[in-house]
Amino acid sequence: MNRFLTRAALGAIAAIFISSAAMADNATLGIRTEPSSIDPHFHNLGPNNGMLGQIFGRLVEWSPDMRTLIPRLATSWKAINDTTWEFKLRTGVKFHDGSDFTADDVVFSFNRADNYVGGNSGFRTYTKGKTVKKIDDHTIHISTKAPYPLMPNDMATVLILSSDAKGTGEKDKNFGVSARDFNNGSATIGTGPYKFVEWKKGDRIVLEKYAGYKGPLAQPWDKMTFKFIKSEPSRVSALLAGDVDLIDNVPAEDIATLKKNNKVTLSQGVSSRVMYLHMDQFRDQSPFVTDKNGKPLDKNPLRDPRVRKALSLMIDRASIVKNVMSGVAIPAGQFLPEGFFGRSQKLKPDPYDPAAAKKLLAEAGWGDGFGLTIHGPNDRYVNDAKICEAIGQMFSANGIPTKVVTMPGNVFFKRANGGPKSDPEFSLILVGWGSGTGEPSSPLKALLATYDNAKGLGAANRGRHSDPALDKLLVQALTMVDDTKRGALLAQATELAIGKNYGIIPLHYQVNTWASRKGLKYQARADERSIGINLIKDK
Amino acid sequence: MTTLNDAATDSLEHGATAKAVAVETPFRRFLADYCESKLSVVSFGVVVGILLIAIFAPWLAPTDPYDLSTVTVQDKTLPLGAVMGSGQIAYLGTDGAGRDMLSAIIYGLRISLIVGVGSGVVALLIGVSLGLIAAYAGGKVDTLIMRLVDIQLSFPAILIALVLLATLGKGIDKTIIALIVVQWAYYARTVRGSALVERRKEYIESAICLALPKRRIVFSHLLPNVLAPIIVVGTMQTAHAISLEATLSFLGLGLPQTEPSLGSLIAKGFDYVHSGHYWISTYPGIALLLTIVSINLVGDRLRDVLNPRLQK
Amino acid sequence: MQAAGVVFLMSLLVFSGVFLIGDPVEMLIAEDAEESDREMVKRNLGLDQPYYVQYLRFVAAALRGNLGDSFVFEEPALLLILDRMPATFELAIFALLLAIVIGIPLGMWAGLKPESISARTIMTSSILGFSLPTFWVGIMMIMLFAVVLGWLPSTGRGPTQSFLGLQVSFLSMEGWSHLILPAVNLALFKLSLVIRLARAGTREVMHQDYIKFARAKGVSRSRIILVHVLKNILIPVVTVLGLEFGGLVAFSVVTETVFAWPGMGRLLIESISTLDRPVIVAYLMIIVLLFVLINLVVDVLYSVLDPRVRLTDVKG
Repeated sequence: MNRFLTRAALGAIAAIFISSAAMADNATLGIRTEPSSIDPHFHNLGPNNGMLGQIFGRLVEWSPDMRTLIPRLATSWKAINDTTWEFKLRTGVKFHDGSDFTADDVVFSFNRADNYVGGNSGFRTYTKGKTVKKIDDHTIHISTKAPYPLMPNDMATVLILSSDAKGTGEKDKNFGVSARDFNNGSATIGTGPYKFVEWKKGDRIVLEKYAGYKGPLAQPWDKMTFKFIKSEPSRVSALLAGDVDLIDNVPAEDIATLKKNNKVTLSQGVSSRVMYLHMDQFRDQSPFVTDKNGKPLDKNPLRDPRVRKALSLMIDRASIVKNVMSGVAIPAGQFLPEGFFGRSQKLKPDPYDPAAAKKLLAEAGWGDGFGLTIHGPNDRYVNDAKICEAIGQMFSANGIPTKVVTMPGNVFFKRANGGPKSDPEFSLILVGWGSGTGEPSSPLKALLATYDNAKGLGAANRGRHSDPALDKLLVQALTMVDDTKRGALLAQATELAIGKNYGIIPLHYQVNTWASRKGLKYQARADERSIGINLIKDK
Repeated sequence: MTTLNDAATDSLEHGATAKAVAVETPFRRFLADYCESKLSVVSFGVVVGILLIAIFAPWLAPTDPYDLSTVTVQDKTLPLGAVMGSGQIAYLGTDGAGRDMLSAIIYGLRISLIVGVGSGVVALLIGVSLGLIAAYAGGKVDTLIMRLVDIQLSFPAILIALVLLATLGKGIDKTIIALIVVQWAYYARTVRGSALVERRKEYIESAICLALPKRRIVFSHLLPNVLAPIIVVGTMQTAHAISLEATLSFLGLGLPQTEPSLGSLIAKGFDYVHSGHYWISTYPGIALLLTIVSINLVGDRLRDVLNPRLQK
Repeated sequence: MQAAGVVFLMSLLVFSGVFLIGDPVEMLIAEDAEESDREMVKRNLGLDQPYYVQYLRFVAAALRGNLGDSFVFEEPALLLILDRMPATFELAIFALLLAIVIGIPLGMWAGLKPESISARTIMTSSILGFSLPTFWVGIMMIMLFAVVLGWLPSTGRGPTQSFLGLQVSFLSMEGWSHLILPAVNLALFKLSLVIRLARAGTREVMHQDYIKFARAKGVSRSRIILVHVLKNILIPVVTVLGLEFGGLVAFSVVTETVFAWPGMGRLLIESISTLDRPVIVAYLMIIVLLFVLINLVVDVLYSVLDPRVRLTDVKG
C-alpha cells in the first residue's frame, strides 16, 4: 500500500516534468570515462575524441565499423602528385556562432594542433611533417616530403575549430586560446551537429542540437546529457533503474543477464583493439625468466621463435573468450579483425595444441620447461588482470610454472616501457593495441619495428623485437601510395613478424558492448567511442 | 560506561557467587562477568573458530586456490555444489577465475587476519612502548610523542592509508605498513592515559621510593595494570583494520589480484552483482561480517567487563 | 604552526611517493605517441627535472598561493577541488544531520531503558552499523531502492541550484531523491557512534545529583529528558561529531565512488589512479586546513555548551 502510494506520488511528479518536456527528445548516456578537456587539441584520448567529434568537425570521419572513410568537412580528396593531397571542403557550413567555415579555419586548426604547447600528447603524430596550404576558400593542399599514403586516415583525427576563436590565454601560446577557455564554453565553437552547453566536472556534459548543422552526421536528439559513472555495477544499476538511456563498457559478466532482460537492448561491435603478449627478445638473461625452481637462468628461452610459438600453442584462446570474456571477444591471429585493410588472409589464430608445444620446446632445447612471470595492468583493458590469471593457469598447467603479477596502469607502463635511458623491465607482458588508423601499419611501426628513438620507430616495442627484413618491408609499405600494393606489403609484413617470428602473440580482439533501454539501439563503434549520434531509435 | 546501579547489583551478585565458588581469582571473576551475556560467549566462540580456520587453512581448504597449475578458468562461476573439472565438489561455487569459493574464503580469511592481526600486533607494540615512555618520562618526551599522536589522530584513518598506499604501491606488506601507521596512535593514547592514572597510585610511588629500576617499574608494575584497556582497544582495532583493508581493496589500492583477502573477494564479487552469481560476493561478505561483528561484540563486552570503574 | 608542519611533511611524502612509484605521463599519453612526444609532455609538466628541483619549484609556487596545475586537466588544482567541494560538503552535512537526528533519540532511549529488549536491539544493531563495510552497504542499497523497488535514482547528483553562491541539490525534489541514498550510506557509521555516545551520556547524566533534585522537585519526566539530559549529552556529541565531520569528508571517498557522486573524494581517487600529483597534494593541504578550522569551531561550540557556563546562568 505504502509502496503503491509512493510510486503514485513519484509518478505524478514525474508526469509534471514529462509534460513540460514532452516536445523535446532528450537522451541521457551513462559513460565510464570522462574526457580530460574540451580543448580539441589538448589530449589524443578516446573519450575526448568521441565527445568532441560531436561539437567540432573533422575533414574526414570513420564509419562506425572503421572500414570506410566518410567525407565530413571535406567532400572529396585525391593525391594530385606523389607528395601532395588535395582536399575539397564542404560549402555552406557554418560554425555555432554563425560564421562561415573556410580553408582558413583548417589552416588555423592544423597550426594550433601542430604547435600545441602543454596538454597531454596531442595530435602531432598526425600533423608532423605536413604543410597545409590554402588554395581557395574551399580547397586546401597538404604536402609531405616523402610519399604519404595514409593522408586521408590522418585527417580523421584533427578537429577543426574557428580561426576567430578568442581566449584568455597567453598570446603566443596556442594562439591565445587555452584549455580553460574551452572547458568553460567561451571558445567552444565548432561546426558539429551539437553545441556545447556545460561541463560539470566529475558529473556531466550537456550538448544541445545545432539547428544550422550541415554535414553527413545524424542529429537524433534535441539534448544529450552524458553522465560519468565509473563504477561498473553502478553504471548497470543506472540503466536498470531507468536513469540513463545507454551505458557503455557493459561488464562481460553482466551480458548474459542483460540479454534475458526484455527492457534492455544490447549492441556489440568488434573493436580494432587486439590484446597480445609481448616477450623480452633482446636480453640474454631476462629478469623474470627462471628455471622451474625460481633460480635465474643464464639463457633467455624467449629469444627463440620456437619457444614463443610453443607459448602461443599453450594458450586456449577459445577458453579465454568463453570463460574470461564471457563470449564477447574474438580469437586473434594478427593485429586487426576480419574486414580491415591490409590484413593477412593466411594468418589464423593458433589452435590450442599442448602436444605440439611440448615438441617445439624440446626441439628448442627447453623440453624440461622453465619458470616465468607474466606482468599486466589491472585497470586498463577489459578483464586485463583476469586474462593474465588465465594465461598463468594455462602456462603452469603445461610445464611452465608462471607467476601472475598485475598492477595499476600508471605503474605498469612506466616499468614496461623503459625509454632512451632504461630498458623495458619485464620478460612477458599482456598489453593491448587499438589501431587508430584502421590498418596494420600503426601497430607494425610501434610494436615490432626496431626500436629507434630518433626516427620514432618501435615506440611501444616493449619486447625490443628487431628484424631488419621487417624494417625494410615496412619502409616500403609506408611510402607505397597504391592501395592494393600497400595492402599486400602490410599483409606480408604481418605474416613475417607474427606468423613466422612470433614478435608478439595475439590473443583476441576486444568486442565492446553497449546496453540501451528497449526502443533504442546503439550503432556499435570499432573505435570504442560512446557518442550520442550513434544512439538511435530502434524500429 | 556502567552506572553505579549496575556496579551495585554486580557486587551484590558477586557477593552471592563468591559464596558458591570457593576461591575467587580475578580471572574467574572476569570469566563469570563475561559469560553473563550469551551473545558474547557465542561471539567469542566464533572468533576462536575463525582463528583456528585461518591457522589450519591449508589442511581445511579442499583445494589450494593460489596454485595456478590446478585452478582453471574452465571452472569459472560454477554454482553451489557443482563438480569442478578436477572432480572436486565446489560447495560454495567458484569465482570468476575458477577458484573454489570455499577454499578462497578460507585462504582469504587467513590473509585478512594476517593483515588485521599482524598490523595490530606491530602497532600495539609500537604504540604501547611509546605510550609508556610518554607517561613515564613526562616532560618534553611526553609532549613530543603526544603531539605526534594528536596529529595522527586528527586525520581519518582511511585518508592516511589511502595516501600511504598511493605512494607505496600495492601489496600485502605495504597494506600492513599502512595499517600500522594508522593504528599505533590509538594504542599510544590509550596506554598513556591509563598509565598516567596508575602512576599516581601508591604502589607505583612506593616502587619508585624503593628505587626499583625504571625498566622493572614500567614493565612489571605499570604494564600489567594498563593491560585491560589495551585488550579492549586491541580487539576493536583489529576489527577496524580488517574492515579498512576490505575498503582499500574495494578502492583498488589494497592487495594484489591473485591472492585475494575477504575484502578483495567481495570487491571482485561486486562485478557480479547483476549477473546472478550472488555467491561470489555474498559468502565472503558473510564471512567478513561474521568476523568483524564477533570481534566487535567480544571487544564491546570486554570493555563493559574490564571497565576500570568496576575494578576495585 | 603544527598544521604547517603537517602540510610540509605531507607534501614531501606525497611528492616523493608519486615520484618513485609511477609515471603520470604514461597515463596521459596516447598509446601511439612517439618518444619525442613523450619527452615533450614530460618537459611541459616539469617532470624532466630532478626530483629536488621539482619539489623546490612546487614549494616556491605554493608559498605564493599557487598549488600548481593538474597534470590531467591543465587547470589549477585548487580550483578543481573547490569546484567539487560543495557536493562533498552537502553530502557530509546531511549525513551528519541524519546521524544526529536519528542517533540521539535512539541512543537516549537505549540509555534510559538499558535492560529493555529494544535497547539491546539498538545496541547490537549499532555494532552491526560500524562493522558493515560502507561500500557493501552502498551497493546493496542501490540494488534494493533503485533497481528492485525503483523508488530512488541509483547514482549521480541530480540538478543543482544556486544557494548563497554555491551549487546545491537540496532545493529540489529531484535533488533530494539523489541525495538521500548516499547520505544514509555515509551516515551509517557515524550513526552507530552517535547512538553509543548518546546512550553512555544519558546513563551517566541520569545519575547526576541535579537530575535527582529535579525529580524530587517534581519536574516532569519529559522535561527532564528533553531539557536536562539532552543538553548535557550534547557536549560530548558535539565535540566528537565536530571532529568526525572531517572523517565524513574523508570517508565520502568510498560513498562517492559507489554512487558516482561528483565530489572531491572521487576526484582524489581518480587523481591517485592517474598520479595527478598537484591535485593529490592540494587535496591534502585543503583537508589539513579544514581540520584546523573544524577544531576551532568545535572549541567555540564547546564553550557555548559547557555546563559550567550554563550553571552560572541558572544561578544568575
